[in-house]
Amino acid sequence: MKNIKAIFLKQMKDTLRNKPVLIQFVLFPALVLIFENAVNIENMPEHFFAKLFAVMFVGMAPLTCMSALIAEEKEKNTLRVLLMSGVKPAEYLIGTGAYVFVMCLAGTAVFAAAAGFGGSDLILFVGVMLAGIILSELAGALIGVSCKNQMTASSVSIPVMMLISFLPMLSMFNDTIRSFAAVTYSQQISDLINGIGAAEVKPLSLAVIGLYLVAETALFMAVYKRRGLD
Amino acid sequence: MTYAITAAGITMSFGAHKVLDGIDMKVPAGEIFGLLGPSGAGKTTLIKILTGQTAPDSGAASINGSSSDRLTDADRMKFGIMMDDFGVYERLSCFDNLKLFARIYGLDDSRIKSVLEKVGLAEAAKKPASALSKGMTGRLRLARAFMTDPYILFLDEPTSGLDPAAADAIRRMIIAEKSRGRTVFLTTHDMAEAAKLCDHIALLNDGTIVEQGSPAEICRKYDHQRRLKIHLSDGSDTELPYGAGAAAEIAELIRSGRAETIHTTEPDLETVFMELTGKELSA
Repeated sequence: MKNIKAIFLKQMKDTLRNKPVLIQFVLFPALVLIFENAVNIENMPEHFFAKLFAVMFVGMAPLTCMSALIAEEKEKNTLRVLLMSGVKPAEYLIGTGAYVFVMCLAGTAVFAAAAGFGGSDLILFVGVMLAGIILSELAGALIGVSCKNQMTASSVSIPVMMLISFLPMLSMFNDTIRSFAAVTYSQQISDLINGIGAAEVKPLSLAVIGLYLVAETALFMAVYKRRGLD
Repeated sequence: MTYAITAAGITMSFGAHKVLDGIDMKVPAGEIFGLLGPSGAGKTTLIKILTGQTAPDSGAASINGSSSDRLTDADRMKFGIMMDDFGVYERLSCFDNLKLFARIYGLDDSRIKSVLEKVGLAEAAKKPASALSKGMTGRLRLARAFMTDPYILFLDEPTSGLDPAAADAIRRMIIAEKSRGRTVFLTTHDMAEAAKLCDHIALLNDGTIVEQGSPAEICRKYDHQRRLKIHLSDGSDTELPYGAGAAAEIAELIRSGRAETIHTTEPDLETVFMELTGKELSA
């Protein structure tokens, strides 16, 4: 626990100076505050931007931050120093994961406030966002562990992140895209968030999210077992 | 004699390339031991094996009696490592870089302050590591290795790429550690540095130790000429065979005031390495 806390606090301390990571945490929460207050189009669904940006945030921030943080530590050999100092790989991953989780949770609070969710809607929204954050963190950790440096990690994480983040938005305008976007967890998160007002929870969405959780965990374990953290 | 570090039959290959081949060594406690060799000789790989970062293909290593492949957290507290390629957190200040490790080791802030003072970085404590010069970054890495006040220090090319003043500051710290009874294991390709600092050295070439002993012993062993070179007051040089027969002649030269300097003809470590391997140590 001591080592997890040390890693967590180090990451927190680094946040303000780590601009590429910081921008991931603040970009969409800032955009939602601007769009929800400044843009008003007739017949636009209620809190359209809050729901749209929440899905984009969940697909983007946890994934890119996890992969970037792990890849940077590998590239600069600071991870090796930590491991040599007695930090277990699992402690490093949990400490870093907890930091990204807390930062994304703060972003989630902004989206919830912007969308005006309260009561059971708020609980459902936070629950769905948390599931999305965990799935994206797992995907980011998988990329970080697989790649040797930041450049390789970026070249993998950017297309994956764009696919996950933008498919739900594109699927609003194109039925063909929607048909294959349904297999992504971000589309299911989008469906769940958009169904909140109607108190509609689709079992298919929960099944897809559950399936991703199992598949990503298994894949991460397999890659970690083969390559190790460093 | 107590040995701080031992290696027996260490062999390691990367693919078809054998990096280390049957390394045997014993480093007495409280000494400065230098591992000398050109780039690519296997020095860093050997440090990684000794400190448990990499497992060898065969052979065994130990630190303070604990097997290198089964080091516990308590064992790791007893040695510090400064590797050439170990990074620092560039966005964090010197203090915060060390704070992370203080938290991991369960040490308080007073230890950070004393270590920063020890390496001469107290005034740069709040500076981000990215703003440090190469010499100061080296000292920050050394400070990290000092955090637990370890019994053994592994220093991989500690003065590589530093200006003479920064390199000298690090050498003084290494000597100070020895005077406190600590063991220092350092790698270098600077033979003058090794001759000045080390009690014992091992010459590593293509993964094999080609010679080991004290620098003076090794140089004497390869003194094939065994002659004395005398510089005379008239500017000329003369050579005499090393031994009792030259004593009267040398005494006369000194008595007459003609002898200005007298040197043995034993080679330096660079020359010994060349003789053993056909390569330059600084290659």
